[in-house]
Order: sequence, then structure tokens, then C-alpha cells
Amino acid sequence: MNRNLLAWATCVTMLASLYLIFMYAPTEATMGDVQRIFYFHFASHWVNFLAIFCVFIYSVRFLIQREKELDVKASSAAEVGLVFATIGLLTGMLWAKPVWGIWWTWDARLTSFFVLWLIYWGYLMLRRLVESPEQRARLSAVFGILGAVDVPIIYISNRVWRTQHPQPVVGGGAGSGLDPRMAWTLVVSFLAFTLLFFYLWKLRQNLEIAQESVESLQRQAQLKGAA
Amino acid sequence: MTFFKQAGAIFWKDVLTEFRTKDALTSMLLFGLLVILMFHFAFEPDSMETERFGPGLLWMTFLFAGLLGMNRAFAGERENDGLQGLKLAPISWGAIYLGKMLANLCFMLLVEAVILFCFALFFNFDLLPRLGWMCGITLLGTLGFASIGTILAAVSMNTRMSDVMLPILLLPIALPVVIGAVESTAAIFTDPPGEALGFWVKFLVVFNIIFITLPLMVFEYVLEE
Repeated sequence: MNRNLLAWATCVTMLASLYLIFMYAPTEATMGDVQRIFYFHFASHWVNFLAIFCVFIYSVRFLIQREKELDVKASSAAEVGLVFATIGLLTGMLWAKPVWGIWWTWDARLTSFFVLWLIYWGYLMLRRLVESPEQRARLSAVFGILGAVDVPIIYISNRVWRTQHPQPVVGGGAGSGLDPRMAWTLVVSFLAFTLLFFYLWKLRQNLEIAQESVESLQRQAQLKGAA
Repeated sequence: MTFFKQAGAIFWKDVLTEFRTKDALTSMLLFGLLVILMFHFAFEPDSMETERFGPGLLWMTFLFAGLLGMNRAFAGERENDGLQGLKLAPISWGAIYLGKMLANLCFMLLVEAVILFCFALFFNFDLLPRLGWMCGITLLGTLGFASIGTILAAVSMNTRMSDVMLPILLLPIALPVVIGAVESTAAIFTDPPGEALGFWVKFLVVFNIIFITLPLMVFEYVLEE
């Protein structure tokens, strides 16, 4: 999609989702207004999964096709993913404090997201610490694949280990379910965050490409200066 | 040479070089004993607390000692361009991974056997009736840790701060092994063994299958230049 179009679409859906969250969605019966953070919390964790999935897909494709562009896509997805993982963790804490009375608990989902956050960090640190660009792309692709494959395993192990999180409310079977107005608000928030992810991802890729062309121009200038 | 013979040759080379110096084994072992010493002073556990914290302590000691050994697995190859020689050898690169992994596994198991013995001795822990299960679980947990650790050691070897990078990359990925190993060890620490034992042992087996197959598939990309 065209970048400007994407920017406008993100802007409009984001405003719409803000309107729906604060004006349209009903107040939750037991948690009150603080529950409204749920729409952003849930949406940012969705983007978090989307990002690690993109890291996985583009890492695999990079190892097969060896196109620089694919590496840029994987690493940019990881950077944007880290931002959304952080938002997800922070909004989760802000929500947990008034509702559960604690900032943090070692529950399955919380722990898994925290570990995913650490995997993103590891991936980005690895990229910073490898000198040669070709090697950096290859090694981080390998780590990206291992990390992404591990995410569901981490979740399962944590889930069995302990869970005190509320059971899934969306599509959780009979008795669970959202007020339709809440469901719509959630859908629009998901859409807004997904568009925001693609927009930021695109921006980050452009930045990376710009950075590289600056570097190559600098090298050329240095060579000319030396000659 | 078949694939397994190649892996065996790499394994034997690593074992031989290690047994000539014993540097890694000695440092792993001493480090493990020091962790147990620190644990004693940090918590001063009685026998109830040993049962409660023992499995976790044991695995923390195993993992940290293992990290020390794993860091050396490829660091040694970088000196004198040993890695270049390995890559030029007419063998499959998957066999290099498998051989190195088995060598790491072997070193870790040796160290763990001593640490386990000392643990039982120092904390008056009755090891003998549980020895069979303990060996099986230690083997499974260490296999999982060594399989994922060996490929990540090869990855981190290429970074500027390789000894710091390995734990940062390895520990989050190895978390499921830690949970599985600690939980199944905790299950056999109680008498009779807890119900969760069966689940966690199966879990460790599945994890091992995934994390031995996957590195075998991608290891060649790590070595490539």
C-alpha cells in the first residue's frame, strides 16, 4: 500500500478506535473505566505476535533467497515488535494494579510475553554486536527462527506451570463473550494497531535503506578524498 | 564416512582436546561447587527447604556451569583457525553440530554427576532411591540445554562480546527446558513421586526432538562465510 494512504488510514482508524473506546464502549461492570485499557493492551499484544511471525517468515525467506531487503524486513519487524511488546507489558501492569492489586504476577501469559520481550532484545543486541552486515543478517535470521519457534513452546510450558489469568473471554466458549459494542471497539482497535504496525514497519525499513545509502555515499566520499 | 561416524569423529576430537587440558571441566566443576556454597550461605536451608528449593538450585547450578563450558566449545576453534580447518574437512556441517553438541552434553553430564553427588552429601539428601529417575531427567534436561546451547554458542562466537551474548540469547530460549527439568526433578523429590512427572518428562522429550532437529537444519547457515 502507498505510504501516505497507509498513514491516513492508520490515523483515521486510530481516532475512530479512541472515540469508540471512550464514548461508545460500555463501562465494564466490575472493573469500571480502567477496563478501557484492555482495547489497547490486547491490540498491542496481537501486534506483538504479528511482528514475531513476520520476523520468522522473513528470516526463513532470507536464508533461502538471500535478498538484503528480506533481512531489513525481518529486523525492522523485530524493532517495531519490541515497541509493541513494551506497550503491551506496560498497559498490562497499569491494568493489573487497580484490578488485581499487584503490578505483576508470574502467570503464564505475562511470563511468556516477558520472555518474548527478552527474545526481541536478544535479537536486536545480536545485530548490534556483529560487525559484517552479511554475517549479521545470516546469524540474526537463525536466531529469529529459533526464537519464533520457541514462543508457542514457552507459552505451553508456562500455561501448564501455572495460570491465574482470567480464562479467555473472546471466543472462550459458552458463558464468555463480550457486549457487541465492546466487540466492535475491539475489532476497530485491532485494525488500528495492525495498520499502525504496518506503517511503522514501512517507515523503519525506509530509514534502514536511507541509512545504508548514506553510509555507502560516505565511503565513496572517503575514497575520493583519499585519492 | 557416514553422518554419524563424522559426528563421532568431531565428538572424539573435542573430548581428546578437553582431556589433555581439562580447563573447561575444572572451571565448570569449581564454579558449580561455588554456587552450592553460596546457596548454603544465602538461604541456610533445613531439610524441608532443601526439598523445596533443591530442584531449582540444582538446575541453576547445572545451567550456569553448562554456560561456562558451552562458551568454550567454539571459542577454542577460533584460535589457530581451527574452525576453518573443520569447515574444509570433507564432512557434513550438520555432523559438526552434532559432534560438538554431544561433546558439550558429555562434559555437562560429567560435571553434573559430581555436583549432584556433592549436593546430596552437603544437604543430607537421600539420593539413592531416586537415582534412576534423577539420571534420566538430568540426561533429558541437559540434552535440551546442550542442543540449543551449541548452536547459539556458534552464533554468539561471531559477536564482539561472545561470552556475554551467549546467556542473553540462550536463557530465554532455554526457559521451557528449565521449567520441564525443574518440575520433573521436584516431582521425584517428593515421596511418592508427584503426578506431574509423566507430563514433564514427555514435555522434555518433545522439546528435545524439536530443538535437535531445528539446529541440524539451520546450522550450516551459521558456519557459512
